[in-house]
Amino acid sequence: MLDSIVVILLSLGVVFFMGTVNGLLRFPDFYTRMHAAGKGDTLSSILILLGLALFTFHHPSVAAYLTGFKIIFIAVLVFIASPTATHALMDAGYEAGIEPWAGESDDNGEECR
Amino acid sequence: MEKFIICVGMALIFLMLVTLVRVILGPSTIDRLVGVNLIGTKSTILIIIMGTLLGRVDMYVDIALAYALLNFITSLASARYFQRSRVVPADEPEDQEGVSC
Repeated sequence: MLDSIVVILLSLGVVFFMGTVNGLLRFPDFYTRMHAAGKGDTLSSILILLGLALFTFHHPSVAAYLTGFKIIFIAVLVFIASPTATHALMDAGYEAGIEPWAGESDDNGEECR
Repeated sequence: MEKFIICVGMALIFLMLVTLVRVILGPSTIDRLVGVNLIGTKSTILIIIMGTLLGRVDMYVDIALAYALLNFITSLASARYFQRSRVVPADEPEDQEGVSC
């Protein structure tokens, strides 16, 4: 039972991280890349960390519970710190004057960034 | 179960190497910073996975905690630096053919 929950959580984390990397490689703009990187990175990190914390609870003892709660504390830290870092990077890009992505293509059919 | 966790770790390493493509050929400096931030967050998880496989999670979780804090401080400091210095390399294309975006 516990193993199946761990497998589901780790698989979901890897799938969300694949989506994050895909968005980071294929989106056309800095802001859209930031969108993919911020959201997917936070969610996949929290899912994988919760899965590993549940796997730590497999052999019940006081030290194992302490380790599991430390991993959950790292998940809480990622949940607070990663959106903050995303916002700081986004604000830095906006202040540096990066132009947002305007449209799909121009009249010549070429992609313009 | 051990083999599944090894597979998860190898998938994370492969996806981090794919992310390194964006770091290498990112058009502006802040794109590279986004990629480095993502790789740092995943390195935290990879340290815990290594601790789980080696059977010493109680030691590796402290290293992972310190690494997560260090990654957060690094991201904030680099973002603050590039916000103050306003150094962004020119990534707009040259208007040679009258292309206006």
